[in-house]
Amino acid sequence: MTSGAAGAPLLSIRGIVAGYGSVEVLHEVSLEVREGEIVTLIGGNGAGKSTTLMCTSGIVPLRRGEIHFAGERIDGVRADRLVGRGLVQVPEGRRIFPRMTVLENLMMGAYGRNDREGIARDLDHVYALFDILRQRSSQLGGTLSGGEQQMLAIGRAILSKPRLLMMDEPSMGIAPLLVARIFEAVKELNRAGLTILLVEQNARAALKLAHRGYVLETGRVTLADDAQKLLVDPRVREAYLGDG
Amino acid sequence: MSETEVFMQQVIYGLSNGMIIALVALGYTMVYGIVELINFAHGDVFTLGGFLALTIVGALGAAAIIDPNALGESSSWLLLFGLVIGAGLFCGMLNVGIDRIVYKPLRRAPKLTQLVAAIGVSFIIVNIALFWGGAPMEVFGDGKAAAASKDFPELLEGSNLLGEESNVVLRLEDLAIFIITIPLMVGLTLFVKKTRLGRGMRATAQNPVAARLMGIDTDRVISATFLIGGFLGGAASVMWSVYNNTISFQMGFRAGMDAFTAAVLGGIGSLPGAMVGGVLIGLIRAMSDQYIETRWTNVVVFSVLILILVFRPSGLLGLKQREKV
Repeated sequence: MTSGAAGAPLLSIRGIVAGYGSVEVLHEVSLEVREGEIVTLIGGNGAGKSTTLMCTSGIVPLRRGEIHFAGERIDGVRADRLVGRGLVQVPEGRRIFPRMTVLENLMMGAYGRNDREGIARDLDHVYALFDILRQRSSQLGGTLSGGEQQMLAIGRAILSKPRLLMMDEPSMGIAPLLVARIFEAVKELNRAGLTILLVEQNARAALKLAHRGYVLETGRVTLADDAQKLLVDPRVREAYLGDG
Repeated sequence: MSETEVFMQQVIYGLSNGMIIALVALGYTMVYGIVELINFAHGDVFTLGGFLALTIVGALGAAAIIDPNALGESSSWLLLFGLVIGAGLFCGMLNVGIDRIVYKPLRRAPKLTQLVAAIGVSFIIVNIALFWGGAPMEVFGDGKAAAASKDFPELLEGSNLLGEESNVVLRLEDLAIFIITIPLMVGLTLFVKKTRLGRGMRATAQNPVAARLMGIDTDRVISATFLIGGFLGGAASVMWSVYNNTISFQMGFRAGMDAFTAAVLGGIGSLPGAMVGGVLIGLIRAMSDQYIETRWTNVVVFSVLILILVFRPSGLLGLKQREKV
């Protein structure tokens, strides 16, 4: 894949600094996601990948820097208002609602929406993507397997009607067969026009899927290039792909 | 009175008191479910509800709008519903105010800090209740000291609903408690299940970060929770005052302890748990009063609390453990 299909910038993160308490996690991180792209953010544990997404979603406040989405500055906008603008996250560890049924979980994604037909259409779309969710629709979310919960979290995000879907480690703790299924779904969603920012520790799978990639190391972007080039970059191969 | 009649009488007392305890317990459990805070001020907010109700009745009496000691049947029901709604709204808004001013700035502080803050708020409100005297109340208080219990007028008078010859007495007050508490509980259950805000509450209770990522304004959800919890406490305080015909600045302490025990018994965080727990505590109190001794009742109730905490901390209807990602 190449980045040739990409359009105008949809998300633009400019020199953001953020952290928790006295610990600074991000030191001037900048990255950009263009309309129609899959961009992946790879890096080791504690590099600041999740923090980058949480800043973008408005959960972790910025100390410096700016975030622009669809041409508007969004840092400082409350998290719950960003969802309605199409900035949707599938968080790390899935964070499904364990004591709600699968259907109730999916409908939580549509919390701020009033277009009944649109919701019904998106629900059908989710069920078409992950048939298991249809079969389990009346089961409690907490009883699903890890992979099924990940599908549920993605389905829930789709019901939020995203323009940009940010996914945090969708492969974490999931059986390899299901990882392939989930990555296949990500590809399908992108083909249907959805822009995706994918955070992954599984660098090889993520780079194979993505158009472009960024490498994050201890709160700094150290490499940024087309995914194909990163796959063969010796520094990436050594540090993240296990090819010494 | 036969043994059975004595028992039946205690069941009536127990259920009536239990329904009131359940309403207060809902306030503890809802707030805990959303912000994981034991709102120790809740019982004292309840106290102020009773004081407001007495002040309103006193003011109406002083202005000669009503004669609190000789109300007609329809006007006494009207007054009762009015007081329930008035005290409910007052306590609800007071609860929201406490959250905004005290708890909200401490939301990310350690749990112990929040707990101590809640106890502090409790002390403040107890003292406000002590100060809350004034003219309208003296209509009933006979100018007694502020700390003295004050008579609450008997709003609902009437004969035994089971007939004059029955030994078991079911008063109009008992009936009123069921007429008011049951719709409130059913309404709350439907609200949480069916409405958008109710779904937002459940989501926030189960995973607050995920709730925000779904576009839920969790601050609004928290305020609504304090409002509803306070409303139920205020409504309960009016029922309690009418039922016992007396109020004091300490009434919320005991009611609050019973309700807290009920919430833990049912499973803190669980709405049906608080309802079941409240009724059970009411029945346990009544049976202990009758078959053990009144002075041992508090010991019995708190023994129940300790036994639950030791052997089943999740309560009767609670979860085995809270999920944390």
